[in-house]
Amino acid sequence: MKLNKIILSFISALAILLSSSTTSFAKVVGDKIVLGSAISLTGKYSSNGVHTQNGYNMAVDRINSMGGVKVGGKTYKFEIIYYDDESNPKRAAQLAERLISQDGVEYMLGPYSSGLTKAIAPVTEKYGVPMVEANGASRSLFTKGYKYLFAVLAPANLYLDVAIDLAVEKNGGKPVSVAMAFEQDAFSQDVRLGVLEAIKRTGSKKVIDDKLPKELNDMAATLAKVKAVKPDVLVVSGHTKGALTAVRQIAEMKVDVPMLAMTHCDAAKLSKQHGKNSQYALCASQWHKTLTYKDNFFKDGMTYDADFKKLFDYAPPYQAAESSAALLVFKDAFERANSFDKVKVRDALAATDMQTFYGNIKFAEGGQNVDKPMVLFQVMCDGDKCENKVVAPTKWASAELIHPIPSWSKR
Amino acid sequence: MKNNNIILYAAILIFGVLAPFMLPAFKVQLSILCILIVLALTWNIQGGEMGYNSFGNILFYGLGMYICASVQVGMFFPLAEWTESGGEKTFVHTPTQFFQGMAFGLLAAAIIPTIVAGLIGYAILGLRGHYFAICTLGLGVAAGEISGGIEIIGAGQGFTTPPFPEIGSLESRGQFFYFLSFIVLVLTFVAVKSVYSTRFRLVLNAIRDNEDKAEAMGIQTMKYKIIGWMISAFFCGLAGGIMGGLVGYIDSTDVAFDGREMGVFMVLMAILGGKGTLWGPVIGATLFHLFKEGFWTYFLGWQYVALGVLIVVIVIYFPEGLMGWLREKYPERFGEVVDEADRKAQVELK
Amino acid sequence: MDLLIFQVPILMVQASLDGILLGILFALIAYGMALQWGVMNIINIAQGDLVILGGYITYFMYLSGIHPALGVIVAPAIMYFVGVGLYKLVINKVVDRDLFISILATFGISILFMQLMNFAFGADVVLANSEFGTTMLFNNSVTLPNSKLFSALISIIFAIGLVVYMKKSKLGRAIRATAQNARAAKILGVDTEKVYAATFGINAALCGVAGALVAITFTIHPYMGLPYTIRSFMIVIIAGLGNLPGVAVSGMGLGMFEEFADYILGTEFRIGSVFLLLVLILVYRRFKLSKKREYLK
Repeated sequence: MKLNKIILSFISALAILLSSSTTSFAKVVGDKIVLGSAISLTGKYSSNGVHTQNGYNMAVDRINSMGGVKVGGKTYKFEIIYYDDESNPKRAAQLAERLISQDGVEYMLGPYSSGLTKAIAPVTEKYGVPMVEANGASRSLFTKGYKYLFAVLAPANLYLDVAIDLAVEKNGGKPVSVAMAFEQDAFSQDVRLGVLEAIKRTGSKKVIDDKLPKELNDMAATLAKVKAVKPDVLVVSGHTKGALTAVRQIAEMKVDVPMLAMTHCDAAKLSKQHGKNSQYALCASQWHKTLTYKDNFFKDGMTYDADFKKLFDYAPPYQAAESSAALLVFKDAFERANSFDKVKVRDALAATDMQTFYGNIKFAEGGQNVDKPMVLFQVMCDGDKCENKVVAPTKWASAELIHPIPSWSKR
Repeated sequence: MKNNNIILYAAILIFGVLAPFMLPAFKVQLSILCILIVLALTWNIQGGEMGYNSFGNILFYGLGMYICASVQVGMFFPLAEWTESGGEKTFVHTPTQFFQGMAFGLLAAAIIPTIVAGLIGYAILGLRGHYFAICTLGLGVAAGEISGGIEIIGAGQGFTTPPFPEIGSLESRGQFFYFLSFIVLVLTFVAVKSVYSTRFRLVLNAIRDNEDKAEAMGIQTMKYKIIGWMISAFFCGLAGGIMGGLVGYIDSTDVAFDGREMGVFMVLMAILGGKGTLWGPVIGATLFHLFKEGFWTYFLGWQYVALGVLIVVIVIYFPEGLMGWLREKYPERFGEVVDEADRKAQVELK
Repeated sequence: MDLLIFQVPILMVQASLDGILLGILFALIAYGMALQWGVMNIINIAQGDLVILGGYITYFMYLSGIHPALGVIVAPAIMYFVGVGLYKLVINKVVDRDLFISILATFGISILFMQLMNFAFGADVVLANSEFGTTMLFNNSVTLPNSKLFSALISIIFAIGLVVYMKKSKLGRAIRATAQNARAAKILGVDTEKVYAATFGINAALCGVAGALVAITFTIHPYMGLPYTIRSFMIVIIAGLGNLPGVAVSGMGLGMFEEFADYILGTEFRIGSVFLLLVLILVYRRFKLSKKREYLK
């Protein structure tokens, strides 16, 4: 009897298993090109996961409404299958497998964060599924010889090294002392590597090197050390939570540093919500609405910013912008390849050389975008209204860097 | 009875061997299922049979994961360079190196956690009840946090395990890991089953029912507790090693010492199926995995709500699990003799 | 090992003060945890999520223009009813059972809550600005955000208030009676159901207060609840049940330990060292008791 029950459970297990898979989508269903994406809808990356998803969705709507994708004389529309990777790399890898082997997806859009991209990349590489990713910036993704990985964003190590160079420049060319606090995750540690390289290159000194836990809540210890040691530059990278916590506690503890450089300021909506506290902070960004790149779908940065705001009720951080760009890249590649064959699409992707509202896109051998520099903007306030103004590189600057940051007692 | 059993086992074995070919799209899912069953089966040794609810078996799982990958890499390349800068340097394993490394890696992944269990067992297993549970929880979390700060195994940037070599077809990797996990599952099941048919199980049950009395009767409970833990550690380590290779990217708190998910899930799976039984954890793990995957597909965005409700329902209404519930309803089928008069005479105390 | 803190001794003052203030907040949450553990034999894994929920209530007040400091009154009021509701729905079925069951059941509630909050409040990391300013000591080398001082103060007020309430009020005495011997209390006419519901409600209210303080002092996010659960839990274990002053002291001690570990071992080992400490303390206790041929109950 026990036997029967057990066999019964296994058979029903099989049945449920088979039924729980979605209908197997081929690469193209009817007039839809199906893309797969594992996105962090829950978990610690959920805030940026949502930015990414919004970016993807807006681009899909825009492209579909403006004539779609033309392949072989027919017009196709984009469609994305989303799964929630819960900000967990194991889950992300599992979902990539699922999208490819169960759902039959043949083209992938990247997840949010380097860690998750690192987990998914081996899967897409194995199956020869081209993936255009917009939110995995770790340099280690591009040194593995992946042929099917294409990143529209600049690698992580380029985020803040410019800040160090700027600091040295403002210091009359003399080396500076740098304090840093980086979250214990793939992306932030990569940013740290870039900063370390810049320190070495300029002969500067690293005086504090803290690794923040993923559940970061309180940077008081690091900031107390900063107050004691008085560095020339403080660099903080800890995703959205890191930016918020840093800005709040620096204001609260009245930490005076001549230069404060961070990441994820716009994702944390710093200038909008914490203007006075985040004033003078330097932020690394992959994109800014004032940059003069153009394309035929989103026109330019300012238009994208306005359209996004209308759709989603908040200003797009660069995570959204680069996600939208990923769809533009795919469209362009499909049309140049004029085929749905994965290898042909992959080759077309590799030959990409285009300008989008987000920036120029051209992929190197390893898959990274070599044609789009990072920008640094500074939060500048006029009374109570604060805005992000691009201060570096000089080619794109719309304002002059304010350095050193006036001390708290004078604000 | 014996005939039935052999047919059952043969059926399962055949299904297991043919599964990756019958359901090629589900290879990874099935591999994960095998690993989950291993975790649930071994947890049951502590939780179900011995009454020691451990939230820390994940410690051995995570250790196994890191050790297997480290050995597999370290045998042929400098480990520190492999993980440096988040894994920028590329080293490629030849197929022979990959499999050799995997073999030795798994061996180490099984043995070292077992030794660890033996070493810390005396201290940790001296705690009882919920103190044991909490202490092991602390162990699991501490391991995850601390390993997240150790540079040589990747620290915050994670550890990318060696990619499967370019041999065979696209299916080869999936098949390899599937059979690996299936074989480990079979080994675990056989080991656990044979342990259960000996006096060892009775001792564990005695410890569960009343440890002091067992001690008073002269049983060296500590010895048995430690051995039980070592058995669990052995297979959990193996499971971890395999999972590391399967996922391809090891993150200290999200993949290796995944206390929040795997650590708690192994407990829930055993309870869902019925702790204290042999098949309970197996059925529990299977059902749990099915539910979870089903929720993730149909309740996207609400999956955790659904899972949370399921957990609450299981825990409150079916704490004895499926097998336990079946046992209550059909005790005869489990070989228990029930005296009808006795049953009628029982008065329920409200 | 970073010995900066020894080279710049004033940092030790900073660390100690930060630790104590932080610890007092944790102790408040631990108090709630101890309360339900002692009275109802329940370990609530969703404790941290209740804290975050309290934080969100405060955040909404902040968004509506009300000063978030008032959250310490509004949040517990709302959370009390959330707690009672939760009790009537789920917890009352778990009370008479094994402690372990409560851990699992509340784990289920925890993951449920997290996703509900993610859905209801969005996935952004947020905080509520109290604009309280900062206190500077020792010639500006020790800075204490006033929000942290406020948190400690409010925590102490609520803790004392609760102790007084438990001693003097009828419900308080009923709760203590039930904690001592539920059956006897029942026989003597105490409505244990009401007591349990109230206890859980009070716990939720305490979490609400803590959450309000967290929103003002730190940041909140739907998935940030677990660290609060774990810390409050550790404090109760270290202090031992029924030992209220112990909870306060352990809380502050834990806070200080964390801060010092942060400076010396590095922030990346902060949480790991806390858990390792837990393990070591338990093991130490176990060996001490085993000499007397006893074990931890």
